[in-house]
Amino acid sequence: MKTVTLTMTNPPELYLEGQNITPDAFAGKTAAEIAAIDVWEGKLKSPLGKYFTVEGNGGATAAETRIILRGDCSRLKRVGQQMTAGEIVIEGDADMYIGGWMKGGKIHVKGNVDSFCGLAMEGGELIIDGKAGHHLGSSPRGEWRGMQGGLIRVAGSAGNDTATFMNGGTIIIGGDADIHVSTHAEGGTVIIKGNAKGRVGGQMVKGDIYVFGQIENPLPGFKQVGEVEQEVDGVKARFIHYIGDLGERHPVSKGKPVYGNIYTRI
Amino acid sequence: MSELLIKNGFVFDPLQGIRGDRMDIAVKDGRIVETSALQHPETIDASGMTVMAGGIDIHSHVVGPKVNVGRLFRPEDKLFKSPLKRCNRMEMGFSVPSTFKAGYDYARMGYVFVNEAAMPPLHSPHVHEEIRDTPIIDNAAMPVFGNNWFTLEYLKNHEIENNAAYTAWLLRATRGFAIKVVNPGGTEAWGWGLNCENVHDPVPYFEITPAEIIAGLIETNEHLGLPHSVHLHCNNLGNPGNYTDTLDSLKLAEGYTPKNNFGREQVLHATHLQFHSYGGDSWGNFESRAPDVIDYVNSHDNITIDIGQVTLDETTTMTADGPFEHHLRALNNLKWANTDVELETAAGVVPYIYSPKVKVCTIQWAVGLELALLSKDLMRTFVSTDHPNAGPFIRYPRVITWLMSRAARDATMKTFKWLERTIDATSIDGIDRELDLYEIAQMTRAGPAKALGISNTYGGLAPGMDADIAIYALNPENMPENPEEIEKALSRCACLLKDGVVTVRDGEVLTEPPKRTVWVDVKVPENAQVQRDIYEHFLRYYSVNLGNYSLFEEHLFNPRVIEVDTTQ
Repeated sequence: MKTVTLTMTNPPELYLEGQNITPDAFAGKTAAEIAAIDVWEGKLKSPLGKYFTVEGNGGATAAETRIILRGDCSRLKRVGQQMTAGEIVIEGDADMYIGGWMKGGKIHVKGNVDSFCGLAMEGGELIIDGKAGHHLGSSPRGEWRGMQGGLIRVAGSAGNDTATFMNGGTIIIGGDADIHVSTHAEGGTVIIKGNAKGRVGGQMVKGDIYVFGQIENPLPGFKQVGEVEQEVDGVKARFIHYIGDLGERHPVSKGKPVYGNIYTRI
Repeated sequence: MSELLIKNGFVFDPLQGIRGDRMDIAVKDGRIVETSALQHPETIDASGMTVMAGGIDIHSHVVGPKVNVGRLFRPEDKLFKSPLKRCNRMEMGFSVPSTFKAGYDYARMGYVFVNEAAMPPLHSPHVHEEIRDTPIIDNAAMPVFGNNWFTLEYLKNHEIENNAAYTAWLLRATRGFAIKVVNPGGTEAWGWGLNCENVHDPVPYFEITPAEIIAGLIETNEHLGLPHSVHLHCNNLGNPGNYTDTLDSLKLAEGYTPKNNFGREQVLHATHLQFHSYGGDSWGNFESRAPDVIDYVNSHDNITIDIGQVTLDETTTMTADGPFEHHLRALNNLKWANTDVELETAAGVVPYIYSPKVKVCTIQWAVGLELALLSKDLMRTFVSTDHPNAGPFIRYPRVITWLMSRAARDATMKTFKWLERTIDATSIDGIDRELDLYEIAQMTRAGPAKALGISNTYGGLAPGMDADIAIYALNPENMPENPEEIEKALSRCACLLKDGVVTVRDGEVLTEPPKRTVWVDVKVPENAQVQRDIYEHFLRYYSVNLGNYSLFEEHLFNPRVIEVDTTQ
């Protein structure tokens, strides 16, 4: 694997649209060619080299390319958007849309990220050491086909509207989650290690939500059906099991209706 | 004085019976003229290429409130699908393109006239504002009448003259073009949570049946002598077994003959017939009855149709058929918008995915093609996708390619998950017919222009007509082996002249000549009763004042008025 190191030496005045900062775009390119790739500050297009110093060449394929981002990337958006393979490490904070529409590979953000990260993810891994903003692993606006697969792991807390229209994959939040978790979900798993504020599983058709702490304001559309013992993300624990959202349609599989499940730790 | 000579093209003009003859077409000051009338023309070399009149779309939802609802509630329709700025204005959207993209894309395909399929009269200002913003192509818009309280009340008492006076008033108030009927009676019934599932199902509270509405509107239309005929979206759209309801609707035209001065020969245009030609009694035994329906159309000269071809795309359905959209959302559980428009109509919008993996969708695909390929008169059978209901209009080149090439149909059918069942439920596999460019010109130019009553101006290449001319890089003597090449050539015309101005070259829009709004102004004898009815209904029922209802002049963009005088 070859490593390309981008160091932010001339931070943008506005926000920088970095959808071309992916192993797919860097593969097969030299450092000089990478420095010529387009990024946008507002509506102005510039070469990447205007903001970053570039060291190292890309690998032959995306899978053989690792990108390391250094310096203040807190105003850098869309890194790893639609990436299919390879690795990206952001050594500090990053802005919105990190790992959006990601299909494979791995992104590791060592700081915090803003909203819309892991949006409509189909595969791969997005690891965030800090906290995440709103719409984590959610669906793009208007879209009813949200996250399809892959793993998002956030060490800290997440904002509101996590996992809207989730269809598959896993989101693990180390801290608390704000309102609206797995709204309209039809699959997938969300694990919240801390507390959830409320509106968890609204209009959920299918899928699983685990809350290790408390749900401050549970929805009336969920019904308690029993207690279960399960191993969740390496932790074995007992949970109260709720099904719902009973106000929503539910498909029938093998003669039985399928519900969304919420488990809260006892 | 601008003079142009299109030299040596293979010319197809069914209005004049020209079948691919190699000839020159002369243009002077925006009109087609005899070649002898030119003195120092610029020439366009069209040798080895196909020359046709600019395309005419008889049925497409491109402007107006429900189209805009589609644009607003489908941001994902634009995501990663919007090209950057290529022309004067930004283009965006796929199944519900922005007004600008709609105009540019039609022009790139060589189309010059698009008939907006349903205008809610109350919202005609919105329709005309979007017409203004749709560049290049000329537009007309048909107000909907089939569920209008005035129409229902007049026709219940068989007051054709009163209904005609009201129709004339509404065409003027909305700057409309023709009488559109959407699910007659059913859309009004939906206001009560009901529907009219066949033509004899009475409309609640109005004591009239859809059959009486359709027949009454045909009488009204011929009483007035409008350029276009009644334009009908039949009852019970999209349901298994609906072909009997369709035949019942078509039979209502029997005995009526066209009366007009515009060369129109039909009294009824049945639109997107694909959605109305289904057999079976459930989605399980859903099958095509297109042969039954098209047989009837073949043997009845006073009916024209457009096919409403399913293109197997993800699209956005939108129609004034409120109950149908409500029904559709229960089938696919996607987001949904529905509205009722006071005394007039309703509308709904639901996204829909026509997937080659779904048996019903692939049968629908076959039904549309059967209608076209089994038609015996292509001057009465037109290409449409009921944009965007069965697919976006940018797929017309693909639809035409399916019609022109058995190999293209076979290649598409290979992608079907339920190929055997699709073949069993339809006759598509037994049809080897491949249409030629003359027949395509009938279905996309001459036929629709004649049916719309505008064939003195549009749809042909005779001297005196508008110089709307499309040139395609297709050699009829040496058609490409690969059907994809046909699609490519039709998608991006080699050249489009709009009003004699070179507007598109090699598929790229060069300039935007001013577009027009075409509407029909009917003069009727003074009718005090209708005037009073209108006044009283507005006072009693409408949310707007009569004085604010009619379109204000400033909403109307570059009008081209077709005048009809019934007082003579």
